[in-house]
Order: sequence, then structure tokens, then C-alpha cells
Amino acid sequence: MTGTVDFLLVSMVLANLWVLGSSRLPSCIRALAFQGVALGLLPFALYPGHITWDLVMLALVSITLKAVVFPHLLKRALLEARVDPQVEPFVGHGVSLVVGVASLALSVALFRRHPLPIVPPSDLLMPVAVSTLLVGLFVLIARRKALTQALGYLVFENGIQAFGLGVLQHAPLMVELGILLDIFFAVFVMGITIFHIRRAFATLDTMEMAELRG
Amino acid sequence: MLLAGMLLSVAILVLGGLAAGVLARNCPERAVALAVGANLLAAGIGLVIALLTLLTGASQMTVLPWSVPLGTLALRLDPLSAFFAVPTLLVSGLAALYGRGYLAGKGPSSWLWFNLMVASLVGVLLSADGLLFLLCWEAMSVTSFLLVILEDERAEVRHAGQVYLVATHLGTAFLMVLFLVVSPGAETLAFPRAGTLPPTLAGLAFVLGLVGFGTKAGFVPAHVWLPEAHPAAPSHVSAFLSGVILKSGIYGLLRVVTWAQQPSDWWGWVLVLTGLVSGILGVVFALAQHDLKRLLACHSVENLGIIALGLGLGLLGLSGGSPLAAALGLGGGLLHVWNHAWFKSLLFMGAGALGKATGSLQIEAAGGLLRRMPGTGGAFLVGSAAISGLPPFNGFVSEFLVFMAALELLRSVHPLAGAVGLGGLALISGLAVACFAKVCGVVFLGEPRSPGAEKATETRRAMLVPMLLLAALCLLVGLAAPLVIGVLDAPLGQLAAGADLGPVRASLGWLAALGGLVLLAGLALGHALSRRPSQPGMTWDCGYSRPTARMQYTAASFAGPLTEMFSFVLPFRRHGKPVEGFFPDAAEDHGEVPDPFNQRLYEPIFRGLMRFSLRVRAFQHGEVQLYLLYIVIALIALFIWEAL
Repeated sequence: MTGTVDFLLVSMVLANLWVLGSSRLPSCIRALAFQGVALGLLPFALYPGHITWDLVMLALVSITLKAVVFPHLLKRALLEARVDPQVEPFVGHGVSLVVGVASLALSVALFRRHPLPIVPPSDLLMPVAVSTLLVGLFVLIARRKALTQALGYLVFENGIQAFGLGVLQHAPLMVELGILLDIFFAVFVMGITIFHIRRAFATLDTMEMAELRG
Repeated sequence: MLLAGMLLSVAILVLGGLAAGVLARNCPERAVALAVGANLLAAGIGLVIALLTLLTGASQMTVLPWSVPLGTLALRLDPLSAFFAVPTLLVSGLAALYGRGYLAGKGPSSWLWFNLMVASLVGVLLSADGLLFLLCWEAMSVTSFLLVILEDERAEVRHAGQVYLVATHLGTAFLMVLFLVVSPGAETLAFPRAGTLPPTLAGLAFVLGLVGFGTKAGFVPAHVWLPEAHPAAPSHVSAFLSGVILKSGIYGLLRVVTWAQQPSDWWGWVLVLTGLVSGILGVVFALAQHDLKRLLACHSVENLGIIALGLGLGLLGLSGGSPLAAALGLGGGLLHVWNHAWFKSLLFMGAGALGKATGSLQIEAAGGLLRRMPGTGGAFLVGSAAISGLPPFNGFVSEFLVFMAALELLRSVHPLAGAVGLGGLALISGLAVACFAKVCGVVFLGEPRSPGAEKATETRRAMLVPMLLLAALCLLVGLAAPLVIGVLDAPLGQLAAGADLGPVRASLGWLAALGGLVLLAGLALGHALSRRPSQPGMTWDCGYSRPTARMQYTAASFAGPLTEMFSFVLPFRRHGKPVEGFFPDAAEDHGEVPDPFNQRLYEPIFRGLMRFSLRVRAFQHGEVQLYLLYIVIALIALFIWEAL
């Protein structure tokens, strides 16, 4: 199954780069959905011998949320708030891609140098997880719109979940469910907030929101 | 049993305050009545219990269940805490009575803070655990801050509140370290047992306590907040702040002293010097003030200095092996805690009444008020005589004890300390007399200097009665001095084993009798003179035919020679147009005395702090992306640090 695992992990990396390199919001949302599917399938490839009911349930819920519900919510926010679909980055797409690749290199180097005390099911899993995490943070930092903040946050969450898969034998199911619930509310709240901010301020530019500070 | 009663009194205070807070909006009159009633009831119960504890010397401790990390709900009522509880409850009751009249229906919700402030101070006195102590201490600071800024529509009140808040928290920071250092175990902040701290640790605790508690007590140079905050508060609150809350600093310091195995020599020296500097500078600053409440606040610095001086002399006696000097010094300091509470709250209440009646607290705007407000004026005069240390009033008794301590040290173990204390205290008392001669002369005698003073009438009875009660107390303590010093035995026993005030009882009795006789003779003389027919007339006016009230001696000119004598500590600023030539034009002369510590020590520090903060503020720009970047940078720095 190593081939499948690697395929899914590479898909995640590609999705990261897609988010970084795309200049239009709908395209980024599609990349996020794609990453969600890859992440949802990952447990079956990682633990082919231990497919239990709760693993299946978890994967199903995860795919439904990340590949269907969240992208749908984000798209609706995009339409309802009539956001201009341009990404408006602080850091250009080219540089962003370089940062994405550099984050992968950094993560690989990190785990090469400091192996985890537990043995992860795949050598690539942990570096990809951490790199996804860093890309999520980078999107949070380097993009201007409130919607991209939500997007970055979701990529960040994907990274955490991938990391959690590596220690699945050690992390109880409750934690996983907790994470899912957590981000569900986060997106829910963000969707509503974005809509209301738009109505109140007629802008979703976070730079202009900085005017609100005391 | 006694402890439970004290807790009951705290509970009554808190409940009364909460009820007032709830009712303040809809039925303000009932809210105020409830809060004041709760204060009086709590004071009644608490006073009986505190006095019983003092007379029997009993000590009670209990630990209640409390699930707070590091903390235990350990409460203790011993003679030392009971000694400080007496002025707390007595002044709180009278101040509440006065405050009801003073506020006259304004700010009914402020009574919530007032009751909580009193309750938290009693809590401070009862706690036997560092965490509980700090909680009560903070509650006391915050509630008193809220009362200081009650009239927050005035800019100077807001400024005073800010200064007060900063000062009190700087002090508390030292107290936190103090309790961390002295607590016996790692998982607890409980107080150490009495008499257990080894010398080095006790010395560290003493220094931390001196800074932390000294800030609360207003010792120089940590006094600068005091002349700002106390005048800003409404008068009943100023009375409680100056009369009682300052003493919580003294209480804390004494509590630290009880923990030590043996107080060291240098503690006494440090306290003596602190006391002398605070006492002399306090009274010199007071001489230069034009605002009545500000002047009284400066006198609080002076009186707390006298307390510190007495305690310092006592500690020197204790460490030098002279139980009599220890008893006299510590006893004098302790008794001055009580006495200062009576006369200073009386004076602040009097100042509030004068301010209400004339519409101004400026000394130079008053004049001739004794005839217009005989009750307030009489009570204020008694307070002035007491604070100046004149017999037969109470201030004399405690200062006499401190003088005796200095004499005893001079004669026996520490001649130098005795001489310094004697000279310093004499200087302080003399200057205090001069300062109150200025206040009473300008405010009460002569002719009114402003329309407000001309129209002044006697204050309302709700405000007058507490003042008269306090004045009576000042006289009573002075006349019954040999009996009153009996209450000092139990707390003295806690501070210095074997200390006994017996030897001075007889001489105090003679002095009290003499003072009483002189007072009677004076009253008789006054009565006889008042029956002689009299008629107001003009004084000799140097041939000038149209004198006005503005030609009277002013407070500034009265104090001028003294303030000029101390110009090496007082940066006296004088400006105006002098009188020139034989036929001078209009001339003017203004003078003010900014606090030198504020100017040369604190202002530069805080200006620097402000500059630094403004520079740091660039980091707080409101851009979410950059905030996240900070986190990422920190994270990556940690990664790299771990990887290396």
C-alpha cells in the first residue's frame, strides 16, 4: 500500500501548492476540497489491516465536511457577500510557491534530524503534515481577504489532522471528533461573521478592519 | 466563637453592600440606608469582639475548606489583628454615617464599594494565608480606587485615580514576592509560624515588606500618590483612606516582624530613618499646601512617619535588650495608629464639611468660619490640637510614649538612635503645631476672604454628630491614657516578649490629670471672658481708612519663613510682579511647591516608560496577518532552537 499512501500524500502537497499558486478564490476552494478527499482516504491506505467501524465513520464525516460542506459554505459566503474573487496576496504567487516548497524541505529536514519517539506508518506522513500546517499559517499571514483567512485556517486544520493520523494508535477517537467539531463551528462562525462584516463595513479587506483597534 | 462573630460582621458588611448595589437604581434611599445600617451593625458587633480579643489576649485560628491552588482559607483573629480591627470598624461606622449626609443621595451605588472596601480590609486583618491576604489586599485596593474616582467628571480626580492604581499595584508586586519567599512549603503560600524565620530570610522579608507595605503606608519616597488620591476622594472616603487604610501597611509590616526569630538591629535603624524622613518631609510639604485636604494628606505622611519612628525605636530597644524601650517605642507606635485614625478622620470630615459650606477647599478662600460654624470649627480645633500632639488630647499620649522610648534608648543601649529620634520628633511636632496654627488661624479666625465663606452656615447634623463623637474620643483617650494603654499589652506581647508599659502608667496619669486641669481652667476662663460685654471693632489700620478682608495675613505668608527655611528640600516656585517704587502699580505674587520626589524621581522614570511603551506599541497595530506572523516566527525560532 506504500504506493497509495505516497500518492495521497503527494496529492496533499499538490493541493497546498495549488492553494498557494492560484489567484482566484473559487479555485482555492476547489483545491481545499481536493485536499479534504485525499486526507479522508489517507487512514484506509495507512492502516489497511485495521479498518474498524469508527475509522470508517470518521473518514466519512471528515470527507463530507471537508470536501462538501466547508467548500459549499465558503462558496456561498463568496456569492452572498459578493466578494471579488481575486485572492489579493501580500506575497506574490511565485514567492508563495517557493515558500511552499521550502516548508516541505524544512519539515523533511526536521524529521530526518529528529525522528519521533513513535514509528509513524509512513516516512513521508509527518513532513507532509507539518508542511501543510506551515502552508496554512502562511496563507493566514500572506493573504488579504477575510475569506482567505478561513481558507488558511482550514488548511492549517488539515495539517493537524494529518499529524493526528500518524499517532492514531495513540490518540483517542474523542480527540479527532473534538477537532472536527471545533473546525465545524469555526467555519460556521466565520461564514456568518464574514457576511455580517460585509454588511456593516462594505469591505472584507482585513487591512481596513485594522482601523477598528482601540 | 470570637472569630465567627468577626466573620458575621464581615458577612453583614458584604450583604449590606450587595443589597445597596442591587437597590441603587430603583430605590436609592433604601439602598443607602441599608448599606449604612449594615456598616453600623457590623461595626457594633466587630468592635465588641475586637475589644474582647484585646482584653483577653485570646488567639483563634481556623482553616476552612477551599479548593484554590496554593491557597488555604486560613483565618486567624489574634490581638494584633484585633488591635487594627478597632479603628477599621469604628471609623468605618462613623464615616458611613457622615458619608450619608455628605453624599446627600448622590452615587448610591458607591456604597457597594464602600462596604466591600471595609469588609476586605477586615479580611486582610483576618487572613493567615498569603493568597487569601493578597486577594483581600487587591479587593481593598480596587474598591478604594473606585471610590477615589467617584467624582470622575473632574480631570484631576481621574489623574489621581491613575496614580493611585499604579502605586498600589507596584506595592502589591513586592508583596507577592514576599509571600513566595516566606511560605514554608512549595505548594502553599501559608504564613510562616510566628518566630520561625531565620535571620537572612527574615531580613529579605523585612525589606520586601518595607517596600510593599511602605507604599501602602505612604512612607517617603513612596508617598507621592497620597497627596493626589486622598484629596480626590469624597470626604468620608478620604477619612477612611487616611485614617485606616494607610494603617494596613503598618499592620503588614508588624506581621512580618512577628515571623522573625529575632528582629535585627538594622531593621530598627531603617525604620527610624524612614520615619524621620517621612515625618519631617511630610510636615514640611504640608506647610506649603494651599488645599485643605491636600494639606491633611501630607500630614498623614508625617504621622505615619511618627508611627514608623516609634516602631523603629521599639525594635532597637528589643534587639538591644531593653524591654522598657521596646515597650515604649512599639507601644507608642501602635497607640499612634489608633490616635491618628481618630483625629485624621475627624479632620478630613471637618474639611469636607467646610468645603461643602463654603464651596471651596482653598485655605486662602476661607476665614472667620469659627463664628459661622461653631460645631464643625470646635471639632476641627480639637482635631488640630490632637494632631499637633498637644495635651490633654490623644496625640500627645502616643508621641509622649515615643519620646520616652527615645529618652530610654539615649540613656541605655542606643544613645545615637535615641538622640536622633528625640531631635527629629521634636522638630516634627514643632512644625506640626506651626502648620495647624496656620490652618486654624486662616480658616477660622479673621474675616471671610470669599463670598462662599461669607455665606457659610453650620453643617447638617448627620455630618456633625460623627465629628463630635470623634472629637470626644480624642479627648477621652487623652484623659484616660493610663487606662487606655492597657489595650496595648496583648499586641505588645506578640511583638516583644516581656515588654511592659507599667512603669509609665503613673506619669501618664499625672500628665492626664494636669492636662485636664489646664483644660478646665481654660474653659472657665473662656466662659468668664465670653460674659464680658464685647463689640466688634476695627483693628489699628496704620492710618489706612478702607481695610478689606484681602489685607489679612494669608496662609502662604504665614508659612513663608518656614517654607523658605526648608527651601533645600522644597523647590519653591515663586512668580509674579513685585512691589516697586514709592507709588507702585498693581503687583502680584504667586507661589507653589511641586513635590520634589515627583519631579526629580518619578516623572523621569514614567516619562521613560511611556517613551518605551509608545515604541513597543508599534507592534500592536491591529493587523491579524502580522500577529500571526509573530506566532509563526516564535514557532520557527523554537523549531530551530530545538534542531540545533
